[in-house]
Amino acid sequence: MSTATVGKRSFGAVVWDYLTTVDHKKIAILYLVAGGFFFLLGGLEAMLIRLQLMAPDSELIGAQFYNELFTMHGTTMIFLAAMPLLFALMNAIMPLQIGARDVAFPFINALGFWLFLFGGLLLNCSWFLGGAPDAGWTAYAPLSVISPGHGVDFYALGLQISGFGTLMGGINFIVTIITMRAPGMTYMRMPLFTWSTFVASILILFAFPALTVGLFLLTFDRLFGANFFVPDMGGNEIIWEHLFWIFGHPEVYILILPAFGVFSEVFSTFSKKRLFGYSSMVFATVLIAFLGFMVWAHHMFTVGMGPIANSIFAIATMAIAVPTGIKIFNWLLTMWGGSIRMTTAMLYAVSFIPTFTLGGITGVMLASAAADYQYHDSYFVVAHFHYVIVGGVVFGILGGLTYWWPLMFGKMLNEKLGKWTFWLFFTGFHLTFFIQHFLGLMGMPRRYWKFLEGQGLETGNLISTVGAFLMAIATFILLYNVIITTVKGKKSPADPWDGRTLEWSLPNPTPFYNFKQLPLVRGLDPLWVEKTQGNGKMIPAEPLDDIHMPNNSFLPFTISLGLFIAAFGFMYRVDAGFPAYVAIGVGLAITLGSMLIRSVKDDLGYHIHKEDLEKEGAGE
Amino acid sequence: MAKDTNSNHADQYYKAKKKEEMKHQVITFALMIVFTIIAFGLVIGEFDKLFVFPVLLVLAAVQVGFQFYYFMHMSHKGHEFPALMIYSGIFAAILTILALTTITWV
Repeated sequence: MSTATVGKRSFGAVVWDYLTTVDHKKIAILYLVAGGFFFLLGGLEAMLIRLQLMAPDSELIGAQFYNELFTMHGTTMIFLAAMPLLFALMNAIMPLQIGARDVAFPFINALGFWLFLFGGLLLNCSWFLGGAPDAGWTAYAPLSVISPGHGVDFYALGLQISGFGTLMGGINFIVTIITMRAPGMTYMRMPLFTWSTFVASILILFAFPALTVGLFLLTFDRLFGANFFVPDMGGNEIIWEHLFWIFGHPEVYILILPAFGVFSEVFSTFSKKRLFGYSSMVFATVLIAFLGFMVWAHHMFTVGMGPIANSIFAIATMAIAVPTGIKIFNWLLTMWGGSIRMTTAMLYAVSFIPTFTLGGITGVMLASAAADYQYHDSYFVVAHFHYVIVGGVVFGILGGLTYWWPLMFGKMLNEKLGKWTFWLFFTGFHLTFFIQHFLGLMGMPRRYWKFLEGQGLETGNLISTVGAFLMAIATFILLYNVIITTVKGKKSPADPWDGRTLEWSLPNPTPFYNFKQLPLVRGLDPLWVEKTQGNGKMIPAEPLDDIHMPNNSFLPFTISLGLFIAAFGFMYRVDAGFPAYVAIGVGLAITLGSMLIRSVKDDLGYHIHKEDLEKEGAGE
Repeated sequence: MAKDTNSNHADQYYKAKKKEEMKHQVITFALMIVFTIIAFGLVIGEFDKLFVFPVLLVLAAVQVGFQFYYFMHMSHKGHEFPALMIYSGIFAAILTILALTTITWV
């Protein structure tokens, strides 16, 4: 049962362990592997898009396939790559940062992961079953309602299932942070990554229901003959846009806030200073989340909402630049006068500042409603959101993974290869997307299959494609780095970066119960407090005692699998007839049956006994 | 309540407090029944729609408040976070409905 006592295990045992695990550290690895897979898939789609746009009037891929590619690139990167990769970091780090032994609901945590994975797999099954969704990642009605085939059905049902998982994950993190902080870990002593996890989870809680509702309406319109988005029948297609962006705009803050949290940790550690303006950073995070809820309509300036609505949303949007500016200056001032170490993680953090600021500036430009009529649906928008999402979120994920890799896997990634990855990725990124601002201003529309000769768009597109190749090479070096580290890497010290926060006080590898005795937190950056004022070790807040642990369970997997099967039944109900109804019945029976088992079977977990813990030695 | 012959100060304090709470709950319960009767009466009495709808909405809001504060103990200590989250959720929902009514539906 306990992983600590087992040495070499058979391959099957390891797989079974991961299929049933409820340990937040292992679920983090599952999120990382699944998110990484979808990241590569989304990257492959991006490469095909760039290859098609390398030359004018290209016939490399067909128009329909191109529509499917850009739709799936956006959907995959946002829902199936960026979110799970951030969830991987949150799961791996946040409980350790607050001194908890696991998240509040370990079972729900596993369920969240499997729902996400089966939703993502369902979405990607569409490639092999008559074509992927082709209505853009935003799936605007009426196109998404009338789009032929089953592509958009896969979109609606796949995102619905993975959305359930995300919502559960978010609620789990909120409860964990509120209820499971170690003694002394007050709210204003929580590390910034924990704070941003907290705020992002609150945003998930309030934003995802809008997506759930929207997707349900879309599903009913497409599969069951409803008319929510059909004006002829008294519906209204603009409602989809509102619901989508009421979710969609907070979603971009759900992505960027945890990345902000990662950078705050990295800046502080590698400048050997406490974070400058900690309380203003917390305040700015909360303010961004608050404002993030009243700006969604800036995606819809050209819909015709009228000048008053446009002005309100324009001003609210520009207001977000203020808390973001507070953060940028605080990061700069954290580095100011610090003893800076330019590790790979720090390179990502330092380069994030100018990159993200560029994205922020184009954001304010796009926020001016009048000017937006010019930018709307052009490559200028494409350049803007890639600057904030790649320059912010992807840099954050790559930097965070490099920083926390020793904690997650016990080995350090090769710094030299890491720096190669960084420089190639950084150069490739700017090469790809900087020129797209100008392509957009020159009038190149977004989501078009080809562009024509003689309009001055050739050079820019060629440069953009070259940059994309550099990013691809960087990704391959990163993969090589991961493999070589896993195979040949040496065990890293427990605290390789001279860390400041609680997660670095744990031995390597992290015991499966995390903390033998919950630590006593005496200030912000608890480990640093002990390093400078104590003996460098955390003071235990409780005597050594039995530790209560949850049992592993296979039910999260089966609950999600049942929904996956039922989704196919709902989709092919009309064309397949009886077999589809069987799929619905079997799928729902598996899901509801698993839930019933979970409800009626008492699962009280087990205890690690005090004597066994003493036998293992002091640990620290 | 079990009889406690050795009741000290603290016990008496809690007893008084519980009694007070019980009183509030009974009053609220009675009020909720009255509200429900009023609501039914308004609909049965076929008053003007413009009058009935706002009154029904207000009555509903008050009932939700009663439910939260008197039956789900939201006023007690340790319920600050649930309260904050509930109000944030209400804020997000109102914002959504307000925007949709003013921009899209009217």
